[in-house]
Amino acid sequence: MVKLVVNGREQELGDVDPQTPLLWALRDELGLVGTKFGCGIAQCGACTVHVDGRPTRSCVTPVGAIDGAKVTTIEGLAGEDGALTPLQQAWIDEDVAQCGYCQAGQLMAASALLADNPSPSDEDIDNAMSGNLCRCATYKRIRKAIHIAAKGNGQ
Amino acid sequence: MTTRTSWAHNPAAKKLMEEIEARRALPAVVRGASRRQFFKMTGLAGAGLVIGMAGACSKQNGAVAASDGPAADFNPYVQITPAGVIRIFAKNPEIGQGVKTSLPMIVAEELDAKWEDVEVVQSEIDESRYGPQFAGGSLSTPMNWDRLRQAGAIAKAMLIAAAAAEWDVAASECSARDSAVHHEASDKSLSYGALAEAAAKGPVPAADAVKLKDRSDYRLLGKRITGVDNEAIVTGKPLFGIDQTVPGMVYATYVKCPAVGGRPATVNIEEVKARPGVIDVFTIDGDGDPLSVMPGVAIVAKSTWAAFAARRALNVEWDESDASKDSTSASDEAAMTRATQAPDSTVESFGDVEAALSGAAKTIEASYAYAFVSHAQLEPENTLAHYKEDGALEIWSPTQTPQGAVDLAAKVAGVEPEKVTLHQTRIGGGFGRRLMNDYVAEAVAITKRVGKPVKLQWTREDDMQHDFYRPGGYHFFKGGLDGDGRLAAWRNHFVTFSGDGESPITAGDIGKGVFPGELAGNYKVERSLLDWNTPSGWWRAPSSCTIAFATQCFAHELAIAAGRDHKEFLLEIMGEPRWLKEGDPGVMNTGRAAAVINLACEKAAWGRMMPKGAGLGLAFYFSHQGHFAEVAEVSVSDDKAVTVHKVWVAADIGPVINMSGAENQCEGSVMDGLSTMMGLEVNFENGRALETNFDRYPIMRMRHAPEVDVHFIQSDFPPTGAGEPALPPLAPAVANAIFAATGDRVRQLPLSRSGYRFA
Repeated sequence: MVKLVVNGREQELGDVDPQTPLLWALRDELGLVGTKFGCGIAQCGACTVHVDGRPTRSCVTPVGAIDGAKVTTIEGLAGEDGALTPLQQAWIDEDVAQCGYCQAGQLMAASALLADNPSPSDEDIDNAMSGNLCRCATYKRIRKAIHIAAKGNGQ
Repeated sequence: MTTRTSWAHNPAAKKLMEEIEARRALPAVVRGASRRQFFKMTGLAGAGLVIGMAGACSKQNGAVAASDGPAADFNPYVQITPAGVIRIFAKNPEIGQGVKTSLPMIVAEELDAKWEDVEVVQSEIDESRYGPQFAGGSLSTPMNWDRLRQAGAIAKAMLIAAAAAEWDVAASECSARDSAVHHEASDKSLSYGALAEAAAKGPVPAADAVKLKDRSDYRLLGKRITGVDNEAIVTGKPLFGIDQTVPGMVYATYVKCPAVGGRPATVNIEEVKARPGVIDVFTIDGDGDPLSVMPGVAIVAKSTWAAFAARRALNVEWDESDASKDSTSASDEAAMTRATQAPDSTVESFGDVEAALSGAAKTIEASYAYAFVSHAQLEPENTLAHYKEDGALEIWSPTQTPQGAVDLAAKVAGVEPEKVTLHQTRIGGGFGRRLMNDYVAEAVAITKRVGKPVKLQWTREDDMQHDFYRPGGYHFFKGGLDGDGRLAAWRNHFVTFSGDGESPITAGDIGKGVFPGELAGNYKVERSLLDWNTPSGWWRAPSSCTIAFATQCFAHELAIAAGRDHKEFLLEIMGEPRWLKEGDPGVMNTGRAAAVINLACEKAAWGRMMPKGAGLGLAFYFSHQGHFAEVAEVSVSDDKAVTVHKVWVAADIGPVINMSGAENQCEGSVMDGLSTMMGLEVNFENGRALETNFDRYPIMRMRHAPEVDVHFIQSDFPPTGAGEPALPPLAPAVANAIFAATGDRVRQLPLSRSGYRFA
């Protein structure tokens, strides 16, 4: 039986087939629907979560391959008290989203970037974020929100 | 044309657009009359009545008193609680165009509500209370502008009347501001919360008896207001159709023939049934309507993944005797042949184009073409539907046409529409795809069969194989210039597709009034039809999104041939400032057109010297009641790598409702236009779409996103929508800039067909 630590909580995945992609285990088994399905082939990034801190496409990651891993989803990005991260706050204040569907994946990719690189350049951001499609093309605001959050981190 | 059914011929889709068009075209005064009746009918609901709340609330003020009492109900859009929470109902689907925020802002403005006190609630679907509810045609703002202002003003008048009664003063001595009524003479104030219960019991004024605010008194409209769902989005709350769950729900996938019209002949049902987690597998005959339920195989399982995994074991032999055999390469060839033949019909004509072409000092000819594309909204189609024992049907669905979805669901389930409850969810992108409700119909067919709540989930491949594609098309132009280099004649032979041999496929027509129309003096649009079978549909700024490319590039070609500056040439075509049809917002105003052309050029410093390999390109287009001009700054390497550095957008959509939302729509439209023109195409062979996922459908990524600089001319015309009209000018502006940079005239989209790519 596959076990994961999801957003700080131990989860046993009962009779879930180990081949099940993490995306569907999160959504259908654990009820964490913030992580989104977009393409199923790791092309769009809507399903991005952190596995042991690394941004990972959950739609092509079988749960059996990450037994015991620590998984963070969009629901676990804010603090336990519900305090939003500077990145989430910047997303709200800059009014980044249009439809909003890709933004969970964008935020997970961006938060992994800032963990690695607290003050990224435009090029760093483009490199880190180009795996995430935004069909509404809110790219300009995403980039700006990352810069704002990075500045906030540095203060 | 073969004798079999063409799956592209769809009278129902045509009817949908006609309904939308009819609603748009209603003169304001007629709409006003029906609204008055509507308020009479619905505004009398008693205080304290709280109507059903479908969808998520968006709290603006975090501190709702726990002791808050029942809300007083003023009208379908406004409720106010004793603690002063002002609940405003958002009537239309939110697909990313921002109406869940901007429409309630209109109510709040006239209500003089403090935005921090407002809680936005997605409304239920009820035409008797809300009138038409849909997201399409960039119509949410223009169709609801009067209605929503009146809803706010009526509620405000009732609150003022209640305060005046309480103080025993004349209502005319009272004013409203920041969610409270004030009486200046006695320096008294009462909050809306304190007044709500008494106010809602008072008489409801007629819509034409309330005074609407002057634009100069606006405190909220035009500001930058952030989206009401933003916090829910960044914390991953279940907002979207795909996120909906109910107890006892099962999951389904539905497999159709990749070529539309194919039917399952043999299916290994028992084998798939034996797969882990599978509950049932069955075929559905459907009703043979691509807008409803086409034949296929349903797999019902305990989880989405169990259904998807079982699908891999599914073997279907399709009977394709009635299926589409569409082929893009064959159509491309047929179009070239049609170009040499007499057109089927004339769409619009002014003057004598043939005589003017014969007499022209100079003529040029050019042919343009563009591919079919997919909507590719990021949330794949899905619907949660529950057919209950008593024949009631409950549905949660991301649809742009929820009222149509209710009727369709009722038809598929064989129940009365009154038995159907549809909950609006937030929608992960629309772009026109979700004007069609085929996925709702499929979910209903499956839940009716299994008698449990069923979540139908399409794969990305389902989505791209069974889209209602934006049609491709072909234009064969001949233009004439007089001795002074002025436009003297314009002929456009448009070759498009038809499912019935008589009328173009959905969104494949060229209407009247296409640029330059009567402004050319001598002008003719002719049309020819090619056979086509695959369903098509409306894609962001339908028909304008492609016709703008062809016409605005050809206008540039004529300017170049005349040795004229493109901007001067365009302004000369516009001529004197005038409305081409007085009072019709669906028709261009040449003064507004010239103003945005001038503004875009001014901001981009049009005419400046550009380095080798770089260029500026200009285009104008009028669509969806919006006047838009765009200038693109582009550089192109020797091996055709394109960088779009910056795009300047000048827009006149009247007064802007929400500046943040309007700018976001313009930025997104520019990037959508660029993404689509650079590399997106869906080609067909043997009836099958060849591009079925993002690995072969390269939507633009962040690194290629240009800077976008948006400027609004906030004219005094009534406000109109921003979701679509910024898109059409982008492709011609960029193609014209590529010409300026390289001398290479690209007449085909996507640009990748001509060897171009992002740098």
